[in-house]
Amino acid sequence: MTSTSLERLAALPVRRKTRVLSRWVPAVLIAAIVVGIGWAFISAPAMRWDVVGEYLFAPRIVSGVGTTILFTVLTFVIGLLLGLLVTVMRQSGNPVLAVACGAYIWLFRGTPLLVQLVFWFNLALIFPYLGVRIPAWGIAIGGDANDLISPFTAALVGLTLHSAAYMAEVVRGGFLAVPGGQVDAALAIGMTELEAQRHVVIPQAIRVILPPLGNQFIDILKATSIVSVIGGGDLMTRAQQIYGQNYQVIALLVVASLWYLVLVTVATLGQSWLERSLDRGRHRRPAVIATEVTA
Amino acid sequence: MSGSITMRGVRKSFHGTEVLKGVDLDIAAHSVVCIIGPSGSGKSTLLRCMNHLERMDSGLMLVDGELAGYTEHAGHLREASARSTSLVRRGMGMVFQQFNLFAHLTALQNVTLGPLRVLGMPRAQAEAEGRELLASVGLAAHAAKFPSQLSGGQQQRVAIARALAMKPAIMLFDEPTSALDPELIGEVLAVMKKLTTAGMTMVIVTHEISFARDVADTVVFMEDGAIVEQGQAERVLSAPRSPRTAEFLRHVSHAPRLVQEEP
Ligand SMILES: Nc1ncnc2c1ncn2[C@@H]1O[C@H](COP(=O)(O)OP(=O)(O)OP(=O)(O)O)[C@@H](O)[C@H]1O
Ligand SMILES: [Mg+2]
Repeated sequence: MTSTSLERLAALPVRRKTRVLSRWVPAVLIAAIVVGIGWAFISAPAMRWDVVGEYLFAPRIVSGVGTTILFTVLTFVIGLLLGLLVTVMRQSGNPVLAVACGAYIWLFRGTPLLVQLVFWFNLALIFPYLGVRIPAWGIAIGGDANDLISPFTAALVGLTLHSAAYMAEVVRGGFLAVPGGQVDAALAIGMTELEAQRHVVIPQAIRVILPPLGNQFIDILKATSIVSVIGGGDLMTRAQQIYGQNYQVIALLVVASLWYLVLVTVATLGQSWLERSLDRGRHRRPAVIATEVTA
Repeated sequence: MSGSITMRGVRKSFHGTEVLKGVDLDIAAHSVVCIIGPSGSGKSTLLRCMNHLERMDSGLMLVDGELAGYTEHAGHLREASARSTSLVRRGMGMVFQQFNLFAHLTALQNVTLGPLRVLGMPRAQAEAEGRELLASVGLAAHAAKFPSQLSGGQQQRVAIARALAMKPAIMLFDEPTSALDPELIGEVLAVMKKLTTAGMTMVIVTHEISFARDVADTVVFMEDGAIVEQGQAERVLSAPRSPRTAEFLRHVSHAPRLVQEEP
């Protein structure tokens, strides 16, 4: 043992483990499997790439893409506004409002979107007439539910009410993440409650809310495909209508998938750009101030 | 505004537990008052009632002889508007145990937010005054840093500068050094000591008995939601009349942290 001097050990050459085999063998294997499955899929005789090419930019498909984008943007914007409203009502300190909002969130998060959509679409079964009608006075404002609830409105109402329930939770999480001491400090320098919210709480809550909101947007984008069950007119509805006629099921599903991939990729890039510019703002702000000083 | 505070019969309960049990307190303008007492005795609550961060259940408060929190109206008292409450708060700076710096703003922006948004001061003036204040608490070089980039002691000094930026007549400190590592306490106490010469009324809740002895004109000892003893600082700390004050002082002066602190 004593003969094991440090100098002697340090002089010995080191033979490191070569990881070539352990690293490359699985990689090559996995690549081969992936390529094999991919090629099997692409080259399958049933895979009619000519049909895919034919329909990729067909007017009906493109208008379906437009409707999908419209559904996504409207659902996101209206859902966010509703979600904000629900959050404000929930935090208002009014117990009736708080319970009502809690019940709304519980109900709309607790039932599947598919069920909700079919429900809205069949609203006429419960309420044949939507509006106010007092026959004795001859008053009738509104209309036949079957006329008022088109697949489009049913889809929009369903998507919006569903996503607002999720948005409310996201927004509430953002506000809860701002410690109460921040408001105390804002009030202590003479701000009103509203000024404290505007200058101190909201700017901090937004930083917390933005990343999950980006995820919400992408979730909504994909969830819009469900409105095809009520013929909402989106990309998936169009694809289904077309393969209902020509039976090119796989080709049209590939068309739809390609479009969804494009839309989700664009949305993801937008999201990471937004997050990066927020982050950069945080680190860059001191530099901006420093240049103001020297200027 | 010169900064005197008078409180009479101030009571406050949380969920049925009375935390302030009728507090009478007179704080002279320009004086330095240290409030001491065991944990949970209601010191923070009393301080928060002073600037209406907490609403008192009953009792009256005068600031410079003027009713604060209520307005007299045709023979009865009416709760003051949010606007007049925020006016009272402008005249009172507050420094919190946990600093509570605005996390999304730099040190300088923390200091200028009040002057800009509340007083409507022009930006150039607010920033010039803000830099001066940061320099006066020894942080001229840290103006562009965010709170997360500052040590606890530096954050608390920014918080003091932020409160001073409103040019208050009264400064309230709620255990400003309790959340700090021992080696950072001194820098904050030094800044506070410097402030005592500026003529503001200072109300300081603290466990730093030697600091209280050093700077306070008056020491108030609170226990269990009531003021047990108050008087001239040296007298209360050296020759307390109440056995409970004596017991508390014996207790804190045996705390290891204070022993370690003696140079
Ligand atoms: N917002 C609140 N809600 C419920 N109880 C509270 C609230 N604020 C304070 N209390 C209670 O009131 C009592 C007095 O609290 P306070 O913070 O005023 O004591 P303190 O003297 O400042 O104590 P410490 O030295 O620990 O800061 C405590 O029992 C506390 O739990
Ligand atoms: Mg306290």
